[in-house]
Amino acid sequence: MGPTPHIAVIGGGSTGAGIARDLAMRGLDVTLVEQGNLTHGTTGRMHGLLHSGGRYAVSDQASATECIEENRVLRDIASHCVEMTGGLFVKRPEDSEEYFQKKLSGCEECGIPAEVVSGEEARAMEPHLAKDIDKAISVPDGAIDPFRLVVANAASAQEHGARIETHSKVTDLLVESGEVVGIEVEHDSGPGKRVHGTEGGTEQIRADYVVNATGAWAGRIGDMAGLDIEVRPSKGVMTIMNIRQVDTVINRCRPKGDADIVVPHETTAILGTTDEEVEDPEDYPEEQWEVDMMIDTLSELIPMLDEARTIRSFWGVRPLYEPPDVGSDDPTDITRDFFLLDHDERDDLPGMTSIVGGKFTTYRMMGEQIADHVCGKFGIDADCRTADEPLPGSEDFSVLRDYMDEFGLRSPIGRRSVERLGSRADEVLKTDGPNPTVCECEGVTRAEIQDAIEGSGSDLNAVRIRTRASMGNCQGGFCSHRMASELHSEYDEPVVREAWDELLQERWKGQRHALWGEQLSQAALNYALHATTQNRDQDPADGDPVDFSAFDSGRGQTGGSVDSADVAADGGTNGY
Amino acid sequence: MSLPTEGQMAIESEVLVIGGGLGGLTSALAAAREGADVRLVSYKQSTLRQASGLVDVLGYTPDGDGPLTDPYEAIPSLPAEHPYRKVGVGTVRDAMALFDDAVPTYEGEHTDTNALLPTHGGSIKPTARYPAGASAGLASDTRDTLLVGIEEMVDFDAPHVAAHLDATGVPFDVRGETIRFPGDLRADAKVTRYAKLLDTNSEVAVRGRMVPAREALAQRVNPLLEDEQRVGFPAILGDDNPGAIRDSLSDHLGVDVFEVPMGPPSLPGLRLEDALFSALDEAGASIETGNPVVDFEGEDRIEKVFIEKNGAKIPNSADQYVLATGGFVGKGVESDREGVYEPVFDCHVPHAADRYDWFDGELFGDHEFARYGVATDDDLRPLDASDDSEFENLRAAGSVLGGYDFAAEKSGSGVSIATGYAAGQRAAQEAR
Ligand SMILES: Cc1cc2nc3c(=O)[nH]c(=O)nc-3n(C[C@H](O)[C@H](O)[C@H](O)COP(=O)(O)OP(=O)(O)OC[C@H]3O[C@@H](n4cnc5c(N)ncnc54)[C@H](O)[C@@H]3O)c2cc1C
Ligand SMILES: Cc1cc2nc3c(=O)[nH]c(=O)nc-3n(C[C@H](O)[C@H](O)[C@H](O)COP(=O)(O)OP(=O)(O)OC[C@H]3O[C@@H](n4cnc5c(N)ncnc54)[C@H](O)[C@@H]3O)c2cc1C
Repeated sequence: MGPTPHIAVIGGGSTGAGIARDLAMRGLDVTLVEQGNLTHGTTGRMHGLLHSGGRYAVSDQASATECIEENRVLRDIASHCVEMTGGLFVKRPEDSEEYFQKKLSGCEECGIPAEVVSGEEARAMEPHLAKDIDKAISVPDGAIDPFRLVVANAASAQEHGARIETHSKVTDLLVESGEVVGIEVEHDSGPGKRVHGTEGGTEQIRADYVVNATGAWAGRIGDMAGLDIEVRPSKGVMTIMNIRQVDTVINRCRPKGDADIVVPHETTAILGTTDEEVEDPEDYPEEQWEVDMMIDTLSELIPMLDEARTIRSFWGVRPLYEPPDVGSDDPTDITRDFFLLDHDERDDLPGMTSIVGGKFTTYRMMGEQIADHVCGKFGIDADCRTADEPLPGSEDFSVLRDYMDEFGLRSPIGRRSVERLGSRADEVLKTDGPNPTVCECEGVTRAEIQDAIEGSGSDLNAVRIRTRASMGNCQGGFCSHRMASELHSEYDEPVVREAWDELLQERWKGQRHALWGEQLSQAALNYALHATTQNRDQDPADGDPVDFSAFDSGRGQTGGSVDSADVAADGGTNGY
Repeated sequence: MSLPTEGQMAIESEVLVIGGGLGGLTSALAAAREGADVRLVSYKQSTLRQASGLVDVLGYTPDGDGPLTDPYEAIPSLPAEHPYRKVGVGTVRDAMALFDDAVPTYEGEHTDTNALLPTHGGSIKPTARYPAGASAGLASDTRDTLLVGIEEMVDFDAPHVAAHLDATGVPFDVRGETIRFPGDLRADAKVTRYAKLLDTNSEVAVRGRMVPAREALAQRVNPLLEDEQRVGFPAILGDDNPGAIRDSLSDHLGVDVFEVPMGPPSLPGLRLEDALFSALDEAGASIETGNPVVDFEGEDRIEKVFIEKNGAKIPNSADQYVLATGGFVGKGVESDREGVYEPVFDCHVPHAADRYDWFDGELFGDHEFARYGVATDDDLRPLDASDDSEFENLRAAGSVLGGYDFAAEKSGSGVSIATGYAAGQRAAQEAR
């Protein structure tokens, strides 16, 4: 055997992280590069549904079958990222009975456990369902935390020797003698963990093979070597409510349509979604009608949504792909399946494969196929172990202990920390000092924040996605400065200030689509806290120098020794 | 006599003030001092619970120039719709004089010049009046400073605040240290628990010995103190006896002690609220809290309003009314997907038709919503969409008013005090 092949994986979404873990576990050298944070792309902007496959049981049975298989695997290997809420496909009186029956038989054909429940039974499970719901089909849908899952995959890859570079953008493919031999990367802040204010730089990373897992961006990477990869990005909106109106995933049982699903996620419920083709995965319109439609249409299933408070809305783009000869007009007709494009076979350019399409739920399976493919190239015969080995955080984690006494945490907070951390709870929460709560909305403690900082450098948005801090009702109004202070034990003040500003701005962005009613009042409160109480909008540390001597220095000082030459006397006006 | 269907005699007063925040309290106080029979009704705790307790008059112009040294000088050039322009700079001064008289525990009245105070986030901000407890912390005072944080208190990280203050260019050296608070308050203890322990000065165990809490706190700080001539704590130094606590810490430490104002729940804000309620009580006003005004009767004049209490609607009538129900935060201004409104009297609130025009994409951009509130004439009477007064006997004060962005300008309390004063005084004069 020759030396261990080195594989460069581009893209830190679920697909790239899954591939990196699989390859690293099979003993290959892996470098994963991501232009933003982990989950910067579509993975950080999706609905969080662990598909049972029920949604595709009529239209796309191949995908449905993959979903239920992977649904079972993820419950096992990623138990700390999954909440098995169960799901319902509910039928309103005006929805087709024929389709209802097709859904039911489709589930059976794909091996998805499905059961019909009456309207009353459905309302007993979910009291806020509309009174006129006829009946429903129950399926094993679940909620899954994409951030936690991707971070756990990256951590596992790292444990197996992989190098993970975030905030590092691939700017070119290195092509020599008609073969891809590596990537050119621009680091935002130097290699390693991100630290604000550290000078970046360009690095050429040579690799024996390159995997392009950039989802909706795959075409851009292709362009770098003159390849044509026709990804058809399609956007969808998701609107986050401030509470969980439902504890079960609620789907509307009809063929296809916008605004037909509600997923309970942690303390919130997320309404979705739409499906509209866009030109550019980074720059597309985010519109008011989309948010209004989520609320108005889903109120037909859950009437209380009409008056409920939303905390923000966000959009994601599906990396849909279809082979050039299909030609669907409507993005909802494009398959949800994934495609492995070997550019040697397809375009006579050896050294790189792209993976496009697919779903979050099937990320591991996608990783397995790519890893098989890559290992095949190098004649490596290594088994895939990702379906059997739990992710860090999900190992031997059977009982949720009550950590209240053990770690001095208030009960609901201790419980939530332990749910998030899974089997890592002991390691993270056992600290010497006191462990106060930093984010009250989501119950995130100092120890978790510190653990996240260790993993992600000075990037508070990365800390946020790892811990959920600042993602609750107040959207960072009360905790942003606390999170910044937690950084200060490790980083200098200017670095902290920059990370803090970046977090504030990011938190503001998504709220734009929720600014009426309670959430507008919350925004007004946050604005007052940050601008009035803290004066962060006019912080002299970021602005022009202030002439302190021109301001009131007090009625007179007692105690201490004062260098009188330095003392400003009331700015010269109206002395006392 | 009232009609039988009305069932109940209305509770009467000359002036009825709705809202118990800084705007309503000042209004009621001004009316009472003018000799009127005043009643104040308020629903919930005001935004003073959230506010720092500093009393800003004007720190920056609407264009962002500042920090201003003299807030009064800038008032005449504010835009015409600004509440300060409605009442005029002379009234602002008179109103501040009323405040100074009613709240003797505040300082800053010795000068027109703004003071710069450290914030709990580590920046500094301009303000006109500050609690006595904060006065040794002024940023134009050149004495070197030690800031002391509490390990389990995430809202005030002293080393971080000190480093940030240093970056603002303050004319003194500042250092931050973190201590474990004596006694065994749990990790998530609220600020009121710390305050209580210091108020009562209960004994706490320190290495097996019982020591009064204030002394125990000073003992923790003493070894950390180097050459600094003042020590700043987060604003947790007592609710009832802040002065005594500061004095005793100061005695033990041999240097001045001050508090840095904090976010919610804010003890300085709560202390200010208490002080104003007692002043109002002394002035002889009748006060009812805990129940909202939900409805009213009247066309051009408000005849009576209804307070909801245990499911019943209790009528209250007065000759003159003051609306001081606050802004978006206090719930005096509300919104839904369709628009922005004032919920009690349905006074017109000018606003953009498209809700996406209510705010700016930048975090600290020019947010229209921050200026939403009722528009008034020069007598502070709310105006309808065609610029006629909504009711001849209703005036508005405080954050329910539109036309200014208190967060950007740092003018929140000042506008509430000035407009509260003017509305209360004029209501009283008219009721006579
Ligand atoms: C609205 C919506 C809802 C969805 N809901 C669900 C759901 O509930 N359940 C489900 O299973 N699936 C769902 N999906 C699908 C799922 O989110 C995606 O299929 C999946 O997340 C794609 O992951 P990925 O890793 O392939 O792509 P991405 O997550 O987009 O990852 C690609 C990464 O590549 C990076 N990148 C791009 N260019 C460069 C470069 N030049 N250099 C370095 N890095 C680069 C990007 O920053 C990005 O992070 C949803 C999708 C959408 C749009
Ligand atoms: C977070 C924050 C920080 C601030 N920091 C500062 C600062 O540093 N410096 C400064 O000068 N100012 C500051 N302010 C501004 C200031 O403290 C007040 O918010 C402002 O003066 C408004 O006071 P107000 O009396 O108009 O309204 P509020 O304080 O909102 O009071 C309104 C009152 O009316 C009551 N009410 C509402 N509806 C009804 C009803 N239907 N019936 C009966 N009662 C009703 C409410 O319950 C409340 O008690 C801050 C404000 C906030 C929110």
